[in-house]
Amino acid sequence: MARLYSPVGRPKPAGTDRTELAIWYLMRLTGLGLFVFALSHFLITHVLSDPANQTSEWIATHRWANDLWRWVDSSMLVLVVFHSFVGVRTVLQDYVGGRIRVVLVAILALVGVVLAGLGIWAVLSAAGPMP
Amino acid sequence: MVRLPRPDQSALLKLTYRGGEGMLAWAFHRISGIAIWAFILLHVLDIWLSQVNSALYDDLLTIYASPAGRVGETLLGAALLYHALNGLRIILMDFWPRLTLYHKQIWFVSWIVFVAVGLPVAYVILKPIWGG
Repeated sequence: MARLYSPVGRPKPAGTDRTELAIWYLMRLTGLGLFVFALSHFLITHVLSDPANQTSEWIATHRWANDLWRWVDSSMLVLVVFHSFVGVRTVLQDYVGGRIRVVLVAILALVGVVLAGLGIWAVLSAAGPMP
Repeated sequence: MVRLPRPDQSALLKLTYRGGEGMLAWAFHRISGIAIWAFILLHVLDIWLSQVNSALYDDLLTIYASPAGRVGETLLGAALLYHALNGLRIILMDFWPRLTLYHKQIWFVSWIVFVAVGLPVAYVILKPIWGG
């Protein structure tokens, strides 16, 4: 009989904590999304072209001149900030306990929200407002 | 004088890792994940900088494009590819638990994909160092 959960993945939260269960599903959903988004992003920006040529001006006037790319980049940003910050929260929960954990997770959440805000603001402010 | 217990293993044996594939897959997933998180912090800030102080961003770009920067870029790509492939393996096993019986085999396949995809990508990224 196979084990109920993978030996490397986080066990699916049992019990009544619906938030933790939602986070468990969202980690997998955003992970799948990033498998497509982040890998294609890396392929396009680092393999099919060279970041050395992607200057500030190029980003603002070429990459983000197309609204589709601004939507793609904004969506990817939200996915990656959620996935990476919740991932680091898992690591904190494994190694830190008590009040320090509460404080660190709160700081982490704040940094994540600020980072997402800065990123979305950069995408929105470039080359005119988004539709 | 304090007598220390004699080591019961040779130095070489102590260096070998005996955690098994599942443990290694987990450790690599965690290390690559933290590395990617750290890069995301840098990357969102640098893209923000590109719209706030474009000259400073373009200076930063020359560091990214330097030989050391390209090695870092390759390592980032490796972390990303490993994390993506192993993440897919975790998702597969989470939703089809019977696959955990073959977790070592799936990990092995993910390494084949890692090498097959990673080597050409590394070549393209590193090529400008020797003027290719």
